[in-house]
Amino acid sequence: MSATLTPAAQQTAFDAASFEKFLATRTEPVWATELRRNAFEAYRESLLSELDPEEWKRVDIRAFRPEKFSIPAASASTHALETLLADRAEFAGVVSHLDGACTRTTLSEKWAQKGVLFGNLSDLIQTHGDVLRPHLMTRGVKPDSDRFSAWHAAFWTGGTVLYVPRNVEVNEPLYSLIGLAAEAAADFTHTLIILEEGASATLLEETTSASSTATGLHVGAVELLLARQSNLRYVQLQNWNDKVWHFAHQVGRVEADASLQWTVGGLGAKLAHIHQDVFLDGRGAEAEVNGVTFATDRQVISYYTQQTHNAPNTRSDLLYKDVVRDKARVIWRGMIKVAKDAQKTDGYQRNDGLIMSDTCRVDAIPGLEIEADDVRCTHGATCGRVDEEQLFYCMCRGLSRSEAMHMIVQGFFQRVYDRIPVEIVRETLGHAVERKLGIFG
Amino acid sequence: MSSLLKITDLHVAVDEKPILKGVSLELRQGEVHALMGPNGSGKSTLAYTLVGHPKYEITSGTIEIDGTNINELDPCERARLGLFLAFQYPVTIPGVKVADFLRHAVTNIRNPERKEGEGLIPMREFRKELKERMEELGMDLEFARRYLNEGFSGGEKKRMEILQLAMLQPKFALLDETDSGLDSDAVRVVSEGLKKLSGPQMGSLIITHHERLLEYNVPQFTHVMLAGKIVETGNAELAHELHNHGYAAIRERHPAEAAEEQERQAKAQTANAGF
Repeated sequence: MSATLTPAAQQTAFDAASFEKFLATRTEPVWATELRRNAFEAYRESLLSELDPEEWKRVDIRAFRPEKFSIPAASASTHALETLLADRAEFAGVVSHLDGACTRTTLSEKWAQKGVLFGNLSDLIQTHGDVLRPHLMTRGVKPDSDRFSAWHAAFWTGGTVLYVPRNVEVNEPLYSLIGLAAEAAADFTHTLIILEEGASATLLEETTSASSTATGLHVGAVELLLARQSNLRYVQLQNWNDKVWHFAHQVGRVEADASLQWTVGGLGAKLAHIHQDVFLDGRGAEAEVNGVTFATDRQVISYYTQQTHNAPNTRSDLLYKDVVRDKARVIWRGMIKVAKDAQKTDGYQRNDGLIMSDTCRVDAIPGLEIEADDVRCTHGATCGRVDEEQLFYCMCRGLSRSEAMHMIVQGFFQRVYDRIPVEIVRETLGHAVERKLGIFG
Repeated sequence: MSSLLKITDLHVAVDEKPILKGVSLELRQGEVHALMGPNGSGKSTLAYTLVGHPKYEITSGTIEIDGTNINELDPCERARLGLFLAFQYPVTIPGVKVADFLRHAVTNIRNPERKEGEGLIPMREFRKELKERMEELGMDLEFARRYLNEGFSGGEKKRMEILQLAMLQPKFALLDETDSGLDSDAVRVVSEGLKKLSGPQMGSLIITHHERLLEYNVPQFTHVMLAGKIVETGNAELAHELHNHGYAAIRERHPAEAAEEQERQAKAQTANAGF
């Protein structure tokens, strides 16, 4: 299923000549260019081999044609993007990208004065290269992980960077918007969040399409790097139209006594595959991962999640809830890894699937790899249909079958919402699910 | 004008097995009926059939409200016409808050033409009403924020059914062993609750084995079922007699149905032995 790319891919916007042309458009420190060149080599090599069958065997990307996509030339497009989050709160800062290029950055003076950086990777790599260099694709997303990470590392065009200095607590949410507009545009934005010791922040990120018909490609990366005792809430709502291919490597690294709360919403895309890794690197580190996925029509949404415990007394807690309808498919492959020294690990992973039609499908495969001998790790996966007795009960109280179904679906997601402390995120997810269900209040 | 729920010669099958064999009954708004009978006589089947459970197939006979045949209506449509069943085993709806659920239900029952997504009754008005009903039933207001029946005790679930009854104010309330599995305090609360709700606007059909519920809600009519038929109808005295002396006299007076009951039980035992 995971065939190597077709020969046609050799003559694309991503071949050697195009890469050189692309480099010529960039203004970057030498080290960054080196990083790209190495990544490009890795990318070329990776095309010759199969993708990891363990990760990809249930995800069919034979219909994916990379040669159909290209990075748009810096466009002056000013599409109005329909967003779920933008108008729901006052944000301390906003970074927006359209077709891979940054269109807007703001950060309230209050935080800028405290040394917080919130802006576009393409700019900050020039102005604050020394701050970013130790973190950019060194500890989080590794360029040579696979074809997609290498491809991204060679061609990233920009993205949202948040840097919070030591002991600065940004107690107002920040917002990042990633949009696609042009037909066949490829987006290679990179999200990099660096929290120094004792820092804290909340970043809400959203991906969206300007039109419902334009095809698109996202080859993304997310790096969440938490130093000791820092605290990050990160939300990514993937809400592309259903013509977009979405591939992403997303990594959180959590040091001692730091706490990461990570929520992913998977609503859009034609096919999405996300490799999501959380590393608990220091004693007392903890991570909570929440997933809300709703796939309809012929969407395929796939997650490959890993919770890796590298240190003692660490805690990870993953809960994904998937609703699937029509001919859609959701695939979740989860793994908890516990290193030999990571005693007293508390690891949890669970995926619940709810099936709304006869023709959809959920594959949920939890897994454990434990080398330590004093740990508590639990995993589970459930999958079922909307319960007929629940529907009957609701209908006996005057709810139509469809209204009852929708209420049961919302209730199904409620368990995840209950874990999300940011109210606008709960509201937004609920609203997005309602819209997708076709309820317009 | 008071509404009439009219059941005429109702035959019902489950998985093609006949359970009800010609039940007729008329329930008017404002009346209290008791429905009694030994286990397996078809009381719950009648209740489920009346509210439209898809598993119960009407093979002949009619259910009418004010002359309109509702045989083919789905449970939602029947509820909007004023039918309500207090479940013997209320269903848990995970993640759905009592208040949200009831706000949708109340809106739909009061505005039967409402389509999904159309406006709900104003929050303030609804909350006030819910609070009042909960206080009347001695319920902790915290229940409104809990998920429907999730983690509720048996008594809490039954009280929740009565709360829904109070909020939805149906024309016809069917209570399926609402007093079963409760301790005597809980039975009293539920019985008093039902009594408060009774009045000229509501007709009740109370399915029960016990007398307590009927002490508070004295029936004008008591119906006795045996083997899928109503074999006798009397007044409150009959309920009292059955409670004190059981169904032996009934079986004696109706030997044909009693024989059929025995036959069914024997068959059921054979079937169970097969497992």
